[in-house]
Amino acid sequence: MPTSTITFRETVSSIKVIPVDEVSLEARAASLATRSIKTTSKRAALHLAIRCMDLTTLEGADTPEKVASLCQKAKRPDPSNHGVPSVAAVCIYPEMVHHAVEATEGSNVKVASVAGAFPSGLSTIEARTADIADAVKRGADEIDIVLNRSAFLAGDEQRAFEEIVASKDACGKAHLKVILEVGELGSYDKIRQASVLAMAAGADFIKTSTGKIPQASSLPRVLCMAEAVRDFAQQTNISVGIKAAGGIRTAKQAWHYLVVIGETLGTEWLSPEMFRIGASSLLNDVLLQLNRLDSGSYSGPDYVTVD
Amino acid sequence: MTGKIPIAKTYKLFIDGAFPRSESGRTFSVNNPEGELIANVSQASRKDFREAVRAARAAQLSWASRTAYNRGQILYRVAEMLESRKIEFVELLKSIGVNSRSATREVEDSIQRWVWYAGWSDKYSQVLGSVNPVSGPYFNFTVPEPTGVVGIIAPTEPSMLGLISRLVPAIVSGNTVVVVSEGQSSLTSVTIGEVLATSDVPAGVVNILTGDQKDLLPWMVGHLDLNAVDISGISPETDLTLLEETASNVKRVVSRQVNEESLELISDFLEMKTVWHPIGR
Repeated sequence: MPTSTITFRETVSSIKVIPVDEVSLEARAASLATRSIKTTSKRAALHLAIRCMDLTTLEGADTPEKVASLCQKAKRPDPSNHGVPSVAAVCIYPEMVHHAVEATEGSNVKVASVAGAFPSGLSTIEARTADIADAVKRGADEIDIVLNRSAFLAGDEQRAFEEIVASKDACGKAHLKVILEVGELGSYDKIRQASVLAMAAGADFIKTSTGKIPQASSLPRVLCMAEAVRDFAQQTNISVGIKAAGGIRTAKQAWHYLVVIGETLGTEWLSPEMFRIGASSLLNDVLLQLNRLDSGSYSGPDYVTVD
Repeated sequence: MTGKIPIAKTYKLFIDGAFPRSESGRTFSVNNPEGELIANVSQASRKDFREAVRAARAAQLSWASRTAYNRGQILYRVAEMLESRKIEFVELLKSIGVNSRSATREVEDSIQRWVWYAGWSDKYSQVLGSVNPVSGPYFNFTVPEPTGVVGIIAPTEPSMLGLISRLVPAIVSGNTVVVVSEGQSSLTSVTIGEVLATSDVPAGVVNILTGDQKDLLPWMVGHLDLNAVDISGISPETDLTLLEETASNVKRVVSRQVNEESLELISDFLEMKTVWHPIGR
């Protein structure tokens, strides 16, 4: 491990980690979820959701062909409609990176790879950084790693911090997203602390979940992270992105997240550079809603691709 | 304390096994022939319809992939439960103006009809399917498969027998349905929903919306995820040019009299699949 000279305590001593008021956080998230999006803005919201989407497949059964068809869909989500933008990135396992690089060549679609003993993060840091460096070498533009929750929850914040610093080194030019796995952290206070820890260690993005446990992204959890990002930006002048992932399946859920991000962080964050939604089945629902806007009739799953 | 405080019932929609109010918050009231209020009923909106179709679509594959015996048993059990709630249905029909003798007869006929269709669950495919002679080394069979999600505009009169005559032949083969009921017949439909909710029929197989068929019909004919509509209960004043839309999205339209009991009504919502299977080694 490259010995990090920075310590967690020194780095974060200047950053205030304020305790989270659970009741008002949840109330705020619930009230933002009732915000209605008028028909005139719906198309823009749906297009933004697509532009900010990391189309994901993280299964043991992934094959090069499956990744290739996912990339095709990422580039041109609706083959019958030129107006629908491509998604931000495809998110896959390191083993699939070169297939995705090949399939997305010449498009704006980025290749994001999970790496570093995803989804638990419980390997030696040497193995994890080697995995990251390998994914970068294969051509990944973005790397999604996991926070070492085991160390973090055991109170060894310094170690969790150093591991992210080391991972960031291994990334080189690739963007680093740090998955906090909020469902395993247990409280909003911990989510806030983990967010600050990851941002201080150099994460370009903080991400909610791996999608591998049932307790995944939720609106209050993302709001909690967004508030941490906002305060971090105010105190350090560093703008960190947010990625919500896990359990986001409907267009309606997606625009609730857009509202939360827009209201908490401002429109500057409503772009693929600063906000991502990680999902696999969401894209089809967004396409159905776009069909509904275009045709005036409700659409159905027979009219989008089977993934 | 003297006397009881009367509690008027509010009839809810039946979507995905639950009884939500309409998303729109609207209700309408149903009066008896003397003009007295019997109950308030939720008035479904196009969004309730959308949710109901979504629930029906989600339930369709697993309902159709159950064995025919299992679907039959589940439907028999519904008939048993209707039987045990016979008095409730008779009283309900009387309250909306059906005379006592006709009400009893209608409830009994409804239960008989339910059993009649339930019995077909493991038989219709033998009768309607076939093995076809072909000139070549192939087995060639035709097997019926359910159409998918069916929208039913339930006949308003007779309300119980009318709905059951349309509902059961559609679900027995593995279709799932969204029923739209209007006016007084809403009470009967939702009460049948209450029987289904406590039976073994999986959530989403039958969804019941109450409200104005005029409001919902354009959304029904236009919905791309609805495979067929049964307009047996459509009101005579309806502008039928609306149905032209069903041609653009290839939706089957069926209309039948309710006083029949026939295998044809099951085949209304079946698709025939022909399979060529090579013979030999």
